Amino acid sequence: MHISSSLLSFFCLGLICLLPAMAQEMGMFTVHHTIGNVLCCKCGISMQPNAANMCANCLRSEIDITEGLQKHVIICHCPECDSYLQPPRTWIKAQLESKELLTFCVKRLKNLNKVRLVQAEFIWTEPHSKRIKVKLKVQKEVLHGAILEQAYTVEYVIQDQMCESCTRVQANPDQWVAAVQLRQHVSHRRTFFYLEQLILKHDAAARAIMIKQMDQGIDLFFSNRSHAVKFVEFIGKVVPSRSRNDKQLVSHDPKSNNYNYKYTFSVEISPVCREDLICLPPKVSNSLGNLGPLVICTKVSNHIALLDPFTLRNCFLDAEQYWRASFKSLLSSRQLVEYIVLDIEAVSSEVNIGGSKYALADAQVARISDFGKNDTIFNVRTHLGHLLNPGDYALGYDLYAANSNDSELDKYKGFVLPDVILVKKSYEEKWQKKRGKPRSWKLKSLNMEIDDNAAKGRDHEEKMNSEYEQFLRDLEENPDLRFNISLYRNKEYQPSEMASVTDGDDAPSVPLEELLADLDLSEEEADNDSMRE
Amino acid sequence: MIFCIIAGLQFENSCEIGVFSKLTNAYCLVAIGGSENFYSTFEAELSGIIPVIKTSIGGTRIIGRLCAGNKNGLLLPHTTTDQELQHLRNSLPDSVVVQRIDERLSALGNCIACNDHVALTHTDLDKETEEMIADVLGVEVFRQTIAGNILVGSYCAISNTGGLVHPHTSIEDLDELSTLLQVPLVAGTVNRGSEVIAAGLTVNDWTAFTGSDTTATELTVIENVFKLREAQPTAIVDEMRKSLIDSYV
Repeated sequence: MHISSSLLSFFCLGLICLLPAMAQEMGMFTVHHTIGNVLCCKCGISMQPNAANMCANCLRSEIDITEGLQKHVIICHCPECDSYLQPPRTWIKAQLESKELLTFCVKRLKNLNKVRLVQAEFIWTEPHSKRIKVKLKVQKEVLHGAILEQAYTVEYVIQDQMCESCTRVQANPDQWVAAVQLRQHVSHRRTFFYLEQLILKHDAAARAIMIKQMDQGIDLFFSNRSHAVKFVEFIGKVVPSRSRNDKQLVSHDPKSNNYNYKYTFSVEISPVCREDLICLPPKVSNSLGNLGPLVICTKVSNHIALLDPFTLRNCFLDAEQYWRASFKSLLSSRQLVEYIVLDIEAVSSEVNIGGSKYALADAQVARISDFGKNDTIFNVRTHLGHLLNPGDYALGYDLYAANSNDSELDKYKGFVLPDVILVKKSYEEKWQKKRGKPRSWKLKSLNMEIDDNAAKGRDHEEKMNSEYEQFLRDLEENPDLRFNISLYRNKEYQPSEMASVTDGDDAPSVPLEELLADLDLSEEEADNDSMRE
Repeated sequence: MIFCIIAGLQFENSCEIGVFSKLTNAYCLVAIGGSENFYSTFEAELSGIIPVIKTSIGGTRIIGRLCAGNKNGLLLPHTTTDQELQHLRNSLPDSVVVQRIDERLSALGNCIACNDHVALTHTDLDKETEEMIADVLGVEVFRQTIAGNILVGSYCAISNTGGLVHPHTSIEDLDELSTLLQVPLVAGTVNRGSEVIAAGLTVNDWTAFTGSDTTATELTVIENVFKLREAQPTAIVDEMRKSLIDSYV
């Protein structure tokens, strides 16, 4: 490049402005120019003059623009999961001859930024040859502005090396790094049935290696701490929970300062469930403006909604507020007793509180179990005035007969407990009719292992089944409970003619338009395969 | 007289020998301070025929680009010192007029291309300079461009027998220029494809010097257009005839 330096020197001295093709730009008359041929300076072939004044063949022989570009590259490939190592640690899944693999291959080449890549394509190689060949076409500016294009082949040698996750799976598939212990200290599993559906809908446990059903909860195992943390965060968003985490040193290498830990996250979900009767501690009651103290929990999401059934006052507690002064339920939904409504008298008109309707009413009720045996009748105030009619069945807490030993309740001196608190309308009779009939919808379920210690024979199984049935009924009764979860259409279900002619006051069911068609790929593919055959 | 072409010349590892030398039919200027090898190549070829003079112009060594001249005269830029002017006047034959001119464009070698009869000049030269060129060099002056380049002195090399111009020169331009110069012209390159002809080639009627990068193809083109090779047989015949006549007498 002596030319440029000396050119510069005499251009500067000349103090001459170079304005090429000025006349043409100004629209003046111009003479037609026929570009003559010159001889290539190397081989003497006649050719059009170019920037290098050399014919393409000579230029190619003179200058190799692929010089310094990699022609042989070694790439690591995991034979188990068919992925390729993108250093330092990423593994990219790619099929042979795929777009992804081509991108990966081109990215692995160093110095490719010095030339312009025009084209890249695979040259077919035997799949077992452990070689990938890619043909690349590159352009580069050479000798005073001539652009040269050249094609060359890069050979990639595939070295098999198992990726980290496959190695782990091969060594011990159950090896986990982080465990999340999800617990709710209540006697039923309703919350976990609901959580299972939420987890499925949001695919929150996709990274879990194993899910284990435990007594009073679920254990989830993850291969990575961050996956566990993400899951715990998810749980914190859907239910009022608190968590703590611990780690146990498994091994460490002081020379390279590597420490291996097993992490455990203990997540406790608040024991307050929907429809529970709660006696608020005096402190909480005061802070909520003397709410209650007897309240019904109407909804649990990441906050808890409480309703005073006698005044229709309600309030929301978020997880933080709840854990600051946690309380337990006085009576839970398992202790609900069925009543028959004898008479009802509205006190106030219907009001809308937190998205659901309530109306205060005075009701005269009698226990179903007493019906026809004695004349015990209770006069109660209820928030279900809009739902109940004389003759209806309702579920409620029998405080008259309940033997409560709640310490919070004792703190309220002189507080007179009501005899009955009605919680919801009962559809038990209608369910009796429907018993044994399949539903038009179904739910997916997580692939859970059952803990050996938790399972206690048929008794336990029956209890689980009845609880699950109860959960399904709850779903049918409460549209806002269904709101967050995915229901799928049951293919086996055939609507019977009987059902269509039943009267209007039927047990609530899920409208067909809410259901999702279950996309079952494996089945369809199997069908297609059989068709091809 | 020997008609020859000297290829493979370098000045301090640079092939741009036309920058560091000026060759005419009456004298040769070589940059001072270069290697002795550069000077001695010229000296070996030209000694006894024309004077080879070491000089600087304005204290620089790029004399080929700063001065313009033919057998009739030599034009020097205003940057030339009195000492240099005096040295050249003393060294050059008396028939050569040495003149320093007051021209804004001081790289006269880049702005003027000439043989002993015609000069092509930069389009922006002063009127006075143009007159001076005509007077001192004894030539007709044409303001011209070569392949759109106004630095006519850089992009062509002409002698009284032929000329080599920028490779991008169109056929129409070639015709026009050769009509003006009354010599055949050809578009070509020097120094392995370099289009800065005058930098890589310095030529008079019987000798040409080219940079060391120049390829065989380029040499052939230069030989043919400057008639350096075909002139040789006639020279031999002339000599033979002389001796024949001698023997006859």
